Amino acid sequence: MANRATFPKIAIQMAAAIVGLATIASTSAYSAERKSREEWKKAYERPSAIPFPKDNAYTPAKADLGRKLFFDPRLSGANYISCGTCHNPSFAWGDGLPRGIGHAMTQLGRRTPTILNAAFGELLMWDGRFESLEQQALGPMSAPVEMNQDMQTIVTELQAIPEYRTLFNVAFPGKGITVANIAKAIATFERTVVSGVAPFDRWIAGDETAISDAAKRGFDLFNNKARCAACHAGWNFTDGSFHDIGLADNDIGRGKQVPGVVAMQHAFKTPTLRNVVERAPYMHDGSLKNLFSVVAHYNNGFVKRPSLSTDVVELKLSDDEQADLVAFMKTLSSEDEPMKLPRLPAYDQTVAGSVSGTSPAAGPANEGMASTAPQQARSCNGFLQHWRSCAQ
Amino acid sequence: MRQLAFAGVVAALVFATGVPATAAEAVVHQKGKSFDKDSVAINKGDSVKFVNDDSVAHNVHSRSSGGAFDLGVQKPGTSSSHTFASDGTFRVRCAIHPKMKLTVTVK
Repeated sequence: MANRATFPKIAIQMAAAIVGLATIASTSAYSAERKSREEWKKAYERPSAIPFPKDNAYTPAKADLGRKLFFDPRLSGANYISCGTCHNPSFAWGDGLPRGIGHAMTQLGRRTPTILNAAFGELLMWDGRFESLEQQALGPMSAPVEMNQDMQTIVTELQAIPEYRTLFNVAFPGKGITVANIAKAIATFERTVVSGVAPFDRWIAGDETAISDAAKRGFDLFNNKARCAACHAGWNFTDGSFHDIGLADNDIGRGKQVPGVVAMQHAFKTPTLRNVVERAPYMHDGSLKNLFSVVAHYNNGFVKRPSLSTDVVELKLSDDEQADLVAFMKTLSSEDEPMKLPRLPAYDQTVAGSVSGTSPAAGPANEGMASTAPQQARSCNGFLQHWRSCAQ
Repeated sequence: MRQLAFAGVVAALVFATGVPATAAEAVVHQKGKSFDKDSVAINKGDSVKFVNDDSVAHNVHSRSSGGAFDLGVQKPGTSSSHTFASDGTFRVRCAIHPKMKLTVTVK
C-alpha cells in the first residue's frame, strides 16, 4: 500500500506511449463507447499530482501531523479507537469486516469505506453527505456510535501532550491546536494515501508481461460487455457516481441526502477498485463474500425496483468470462511497501498525576496512559452502561 | 430600421411586464460526464434545455432554495427542459455524477 507522506518526492506519472493493434469484438450494450483495447487503455493513465484544496494546501508538517493523529486512539472518546482502527492500511485502508465496529463494540450500518485515493473524490462517505475530507475527518470522530469524541474536550486533551503542541505550532503557525486544524491535518494526510503502481499500471505503461491473458480479457469485458467502466471509470476505477445497484437491504443511502430523486433511493457511491482484492467483503452492506460473488450479483443477482440504475442490466456472462473479470481485478493491487506506523507523541512526563475516569482507557489494560480529561461515553455513561443501554 | 423598431417593442414589453415577450431557451449539453459550460445566465421565465449526449444516464436536479427541481433520469440521446420562474442563483447538479455542476443565474 502506498503512503505518499513524502508526496513531492514521489512521482505518480506513468508513461503514456501505448501502441498496439489489438481490437475487441464487443457485445456491449452501450455502443457509443465501443473502442479498441488500446483506446480504452488511454483512459487509465495515472494522474501526475494529488489535488490539494487552496484553503488547505499540502505541507510536510501538516501531513506528518495528520499521520500521527490518524493513528492516535486518543482521538476517540474512550481512547481506544483511532481512524486507523477501521481504515487499516493492512486491509487496503478498510477493516475486513462486513460492517464497521464503533464505540463500545457497536456494529455500524455500513461497511467501512477505504480512504485510498480519497483525494480524488467529490463527495465523501457511502451516501456522499460530506463535501470535503476536512468535514469527513470530524464526522466519525464525533459520532457517538463511532469514535464518540466530544469535540469540546479533544483540543484540551491534545494541548496536554507537549509534542502535539509543538507539531501543531509548526504545521499551523500562530494558530496551534483547534478543531479545524485537527481536521485539516488529518485531511492532508488522507490525501497522501494514494494507491501505488500495480501490475495493471505496468501493463498500461507498455509491459505486456505485467498481467495475464485472462486479465487482459477481463479488461476488455470490464470496459464493454460487463459495463463496469460505466461507473468504475478511469485510473481510480470510480467516477464518484451514485447508483442503486440492486442490493436487497432497506438502507436508502443517498436517498436520505437527496430526497425526492427516485434514482438516489438505495443509491451509494461507486467505490474505487484499487487494491480491491484486499478489501473483502464487498458492497456498502458487506453482503458479498468475494469478487466472484460481486460479479455474480451484477450478472443477474440484483433486485429490480424503480430506483435501479439504468447502467445495471443482466450481463449474461459465462463462467469463464466471470473468472476473467476477477483475474483482471486482481491486477489492481499495488506492490509497494506497507506503510510504517508512526510513533505517537507521549503524555506529559514532567508533572505527577493519576489516571481517572470510568472508560476502558483508565482500566488495567491501559495502565500508564494518563487521561487528561474525563473520558465518558457521550451517549451513554461508560462502557458497560453503553453496552447494556445502547447495544441491546 | 425594422429591426430597431421590433427591438424597441420587445424592450417596451419587457419594461412593462418584467418578463421577455417571448421566453428564450438556453441549451446545455452533457458529454463525458460534464456539462459543456459552468454557468448560464437567463431571464426569468426562460428555460434551459439539458441534452444528454453522453453514453450514460444523467439526472439533472437542483436543491437550491426557491428553485428546486428534478428532471429525473435522462437516458443517452434524450433531452429535458426546465423553466426558471423565479430570479436568483441556482446550483444545478447531476444527482448521479456530482462532479457535474452548473450555476444558473436568473434575472
